[in-house]
Amino acid sequence: MYTEKVMDHFSNPRNVGEIENASGVGTVGNAKCGDIMRMYLDIDETGVIQDVKFKTFGCGAAVATSSMATELVKGKTVEEALKITNKSVMEALDGLPPVKVHCSLLAEEAIHAALWDYAEKNNIKIEGLEKPKSDIHEEEETIEY
Amino acid sequence: MEKKIYLDNAATTRTRPEVVDAMLPYFTEKFGNPSSVYEFASQNKKAVDEARGTIAKALGADITEVYFTGGGTEADNWAIKATAEAYKAKGNHIITTKIEHHAVLHTCEYLEKNGYEVTYLDVDEYGIVKLDQLEKAIKPTTILITIMFANNEIGTIQPIKEIGEIAKRNKILFHTDAVQAFAQVDINVNDMGIDMLSASAHKLNGPKGIGFLYIKKGVKIRSLIHGGAQERQRRAGTENVPGVVGFGKAVEIAMATMEDRAKKEIELRDYLIKRVLAEVPYTRLNGDRVKRLPNNANFSFQFIEGESLLIMLDMNHICASSGSACTSGSLDPSHVLLAIGLPHEIAHGSLRLTLSEDNTVEEIDYTVEKIKEIVDKLRKMSPLYEDFTRKR
Repeated sequence: MYTEKVMDHFSNPRNVGEIENASGVGTVGNAKCGDIMRMYLDIDETGVIQDVKFKTFGCGAAVATSSMATELVKGKTVEEALKITNKSVMEALDGLPPVKVHCSLLAEEAIHAALWDYAEKNNIKIEGLEKPKSDIHEEEETIEY
Repeated sequence: MEKKIYLDNAATTRTRPEVVDAMLPYFTEKFGNPSSVYEFASQNKKAVDEARGTIAKALGADITEVYFTGGGTEADNWAIKATAEAYKAKGNHIITTKIEHHAVLHTCEYLEKNGYEVTYLDVDEYGIVKLDQLEKAIKPTTILITIMFANNEIGTIQPIKEIGEIAKRNKILFHTDAVQAFAQVDINVNDMGIDMLSASAHKLNGPKGIGFLYIKKGVKIRSLIHGGAQERQRRAGTENVPGVVGFGKAVEIAMATMEDRAKKEIELRDYLIKRVLAEVPYTRLNGDRVKRLPNNANFSFQFIEGESLLIMLDMNHICASSGSACTSGSLDPSHVLLAIGLPHEIAHGSLRLTLSEDNTVEEIDYTVEKIKEIVDKLRKMSPLYEDFTRKR
């Protein structure tokens, strides 16, 4: 059901862990839906993301999208990181099953939430960054019998 | 260990070689249609009735009360939809539970959209129906009570005899989905007051695609599948002769070995449960400790998600199942685990292991070791576990 890349990032997730005194921390999702992602960013004074770590409670796709998202943001500037979308995460993983697309949305949201926290802590405004929703919940399809 | 460890026997079972051997002649040699007149084909009618007899005996029923279907789901659909229609003049109310299989739940929901009223009974924390609630739910318009014999996820066995008595006293039909229970635990339809019972062959080492509905003599029920005069004109369609023969053989073996098998499975299951609860912290057993299927163990591991656990078990060649939302394609975890009162995040982290008599202590030991490793790995990755350890 998953691509090789998803399985790779699931079985050997990159950048798992925490960062003490991180520049920004974002937690998104909720336990009700079964997905929670937390992303830690270490951003230097020039605005470059030096280090990134994550923790995720969720399915294989949730772990893989978090792992891939951390790889994509590492070494990027805040502005570049902001441009990473759920689509780019999905593409980097060679795709996700349709029911798992929300996991990639969660990964995008986790980056934004961590950046928001960084902006708030440093009292700066990041152009184009909106306050992230704390809760991602796709509308469930209604099934007709 | 490179060998596959199969711990998902509630999903399906291995077809026994003896069963396959019994079926094989009915594909190439004895392929005749049982409805045909000539001797060559009418032998197949005998083969079908022999299997029917074996099943009737296993239920304590009469041979004329067993009707073959395309599986357990069809039997459930038939029992519920067709009695609802046949008893429409008497009323439109059906009583079931919140923990039924979707074959029953979705059929009831379908009927609700067509003018029927359905009461979904709660269960207690172990998954057992509350009999006083059942009594209170009965109305003058109640035409059917449908409650599963044993639950497919948590293995809880319901007080079927008591439910049968309540149904009888109130002159209401009682159907039970016994897909998980048939030929695994003792069933006698007359002693237990069962009017209709669904079962499926592939849960007891028989072939897939064949089931039956037991219908007590005198129960008014319409046909669900219309066509030819097969199955006493109640279920049309040329008999799945190889399937029926295989079902008969599987039941014959399952009934003969039931006692020994249950003893062996219970011993192995209890060993598994004991080890997991003792060696994996923040873990609970779901379902009743005693009133449960001999082969069922269902755990919730706090702070982790079930699908991740399943994939990692699969990487270690262990086949298991979960009540996690992610395995079903919906965002909600198992309706059964929610009905026994588990919070969402704990229900998401559940694991079902269903054994067979072929499993060994070595396999269980290996599985427990892998569960410990994987749960530990996933917890180290879990923000919920991080929050939990920080609070301590």
